[in-house]
Amino acid sequence: MGKVSVRFFARYAELAGCSSSAVNVPTPATVADVIARVREVFPGTRDLPPRPLAALNQRQVKLDQLVSDGDEVALLPPLAGG
Amino acid sequence: MHLTRHPLEIDALLAEVQSPERGGTCVFLGTVRNDANVTAIDYSAYDDMALAEIQRILSDAETQWPEARVMLQHRLGLIPVGEASIAIAAAAPHRDEAFAACRYVIEEVKKRLPIWKKELHGDGSAEWVEANDHR
Repeated sequence: MGKVSVRFFARYAELAGCSSSAVNVPTPATVADVIARVREVFPGTRDLPPRPLAALNQRQVKLDQLVSDGDEVALLPPLAGG
Repeated sequence: MHLTRHPLEIDALLAEVQSPERGGTCVFLGTVRNDANVTAIDYSAYDDMALAEIQRILSDAETQWPEARVMLQHRLGLIPVGEASIAIAAAAPHRDEAFAACRYVIEEVKKRLPIWKKELHGDGSAEWVEANDHR
């Protein structure tokens, strides 16, 4: 098992009901596996898009990226900077 | 410096990029627009990633235009209509590089910065902005 920090922002934080937490996933695991676990733990996040934008340790990644124990996965609503 | 909750200071940004050998300076300001009853926008960010991403964008710009210096500041929190949410200053020996570097940085900001906005309306309602083509 690996423990991964998860962070939610903007509308996704409203859906999750919190801005940060952590989930345990059986390793090896991908970002997509972490998101699947998040959907189980935080029922509000079942309304997230099927393939949300995600960052691993502060860099945008594809959902098939592998995660390690201690990593931080952030779920990002469509970006709206500027 | 790159993220602030206070009004943007353009003079300070200019001071970071200007020098006697850079004869062209380009400044871009993005301001909160009075779209359909919008009175203000509340900006929030994934601060740590935004700061890292800003460094990467500025570094990419200086790789492409080695003689240019570019700086940017993004404001967060509640910003009323008419006030600036982002300021970019690019200075280079000649105007072509200054315009190009400035344009590059604002386009990358739109694509890459983990920043979100919630529009506040005159009737008290609020709405997350999620459509990229809406800006």
